[in-house]
Amino acid sequence: MKLITAIIKPFKLDDVRQAVSEVGVQGVTVTEVRGFGRQRGHTEIYRGAEYVVEFVPKTKIEIAVEDALVDPVIDAIAKSAQTGKVGDGKIFVFDLTQVVRIRTGERDASAI
Amino acid sequence: MSKLSRLILLALLTLSMPAAWADDAASAPAAAAVSAPTEPTLMGVDKISAGDTAWMLTSTALVLMMAIPGLALFYGGMVRKKNVLATLMQTFAITCVVTLLWWLIGYSWAFTPGSPFLGGSSRAFFNGMTFIHDPTNKLSVSHLALTIPETVYAMFQMTFAAITPALIAGAFADRMKFSAMLVFMIAWSLLVYSPIAHMVWEPTGWLNKAGVLDYAGGTVVHINAGIAGLASCLVLGKRLGYGREAMAPHNLTLTLIGASLLWVGWFGFNAGSAGAADGRAGMAMLTTQMATAAAALAWMGAEWISRGKPSVLGIASGAVAGLVAITPASGFVGPTPAVVIGVIAGVVCFVAATFLKRALGYDDSLDAFGVHGIGGIIGALLTGVFASKEISGSDGSVLIQLKGVAVTVLYGFAASFIILKIIDKTIGLRVTEEQEREGLDISLHGESIE
Repeated sequence: MKLITAIIKPFKLDDVRQAVSEVGVQGVTVTEVRGFGRQRGHTEIYRGAEYVVEFVPKTKIEIAVEDALVDPVIDAIAKSAQTGKVGDGKIFVFDLTQVVRIRTGERDASAI
Repeated sequence: MSKLSRLILLALLTLSMPAAWADDAASAPAAAAVSAPTEPTLMGVDKISAGDTAWMLTSTALVLMMAIPGLALFYGGMVRKKNVLATLMQTFAITCVVTLLWWLIGYSWAFTPGSPFLGGSSRAFFNGMTFIHDPTNKLSVSHLALTIPETVYAMFQMTFAAITPALIAGAFADRMKFSAMLVFMIAWSLLVYSPIAHMVWEPTGWLNKAGVLDYAGGTVVHINAGIAGLASCLVLGKRLGYGREAMAPHNLTLTLIGASLLWVGWFGFNAGSAGAADGRAGMAMLTTQMATAAAALAWMGAEWISRGKPSVLGIASGAVAGLVAITPASGFVGPTPAVVIGVIAGVVCFVAATFLKRALGYDDSLDAFGVHGIGGIIGALLTGVFASKEISGSDGSVLIQLKGVAVTVLYGFAASFIILKIIDKTIGLRVTEEQEREGLDISLHGESIE
């Protein structure tokens, strides 16, 4: 089992959700986050006062999957979140040691 | 008996002549000046114009709408998220406080005859302001607006008295104690607003006698509030982290809605200052619209050229600068000078709120001085340049206008500075560093929007 975490452009969220559903993902957790990478920030000007916004708004999604789904999900995210411009985001994959469904107490594969 | 007959004579005479407003009283025929009432007077209800009264009732509501919610939203959107409620609260509370002060003595000091500097106290607690239905069918009428009930005139002017101190709040946003602000506003309203309103608008006031033209409050409202704003941000000092931390407006949607409400409400402010539903009111409305649009585009254009992008805050600020600048001129000029006034105000206020503020190093948080002070001065001086005898019966003089500006700036600054210093030495003016960091919403009011 793996936990796939992806940082994407906020406006790409619907496309990504659609794409991962199509490869069989049952659930996604979404968080609004801020950060910087190669895209860096931007400058805002209010009545002449310049503010450098160093952290850009991004969306973080987290998906727990069985091993068999890891590659299809990575491909689905990478394809659907891509615009080809700097700031498209990143995908991180972690080992997942345990999963528990709170309602039933089911564990691991059957709990995903 | 002789008093009654004098009253009837006055009523008859005034019926046959054009109303003499504060700002053009000097130009009224000499005969009229002798026989028109010089103080609030009882008159028969048949002397009241239904059209004028209807428009003035409407204008009064429009001007109140400028303050709450217009100005409250305009300012509220520009502050950081932690200070929104505190900013809205200031305008709302000031409106309530000034309402009671106006009843207490403010109206009397401003709009009854007295010394050249301050009116009398005959209308304290609105004493004598009345409507007697039976059996005489009389009501009291202000000598400054002879065709509407005095209740409406006093109420109309009350909304001006309320919004003016609220404008100052833009300069000291994010850092003044609420208690200190209330004390400051009470003192300022009575010791600065009422005297200046009396000097400029009441016929016994010395600036009025000197021929200073101020149609709807460029001097009394905007220069006055702007210079008090400058005094308050100098006494208070800069916001913590000013120039180093991001202080971007948290919600410019609110600011744009606020600016729009100000714009619409300003038709009551300027066209209502005709005191009547007449040709001059129509001209004031038209010039207000022209100047505002021109100033909004001028600010936007200046910003576009110098900063690369036309911003929402820029066009909204420009509109307010135009509204401010046309205020003293609105009943004196035609539509083309109004466009010129708007363009000049838009560009100069942009420079004041951006480059000048930075160069001089004061922290006028929301540019109360940069927009209202500077815009008011531009408008007051240009009124002297463009005043049309055809429209207003008055010739403008830049020199006389300059006198009005100088007196307001000097008296307003000095009085505000002293009041603020006294408050600072006694109950303290500024919130603690911890409160300021935490935000005034939580630390002063125990609430937040998050």
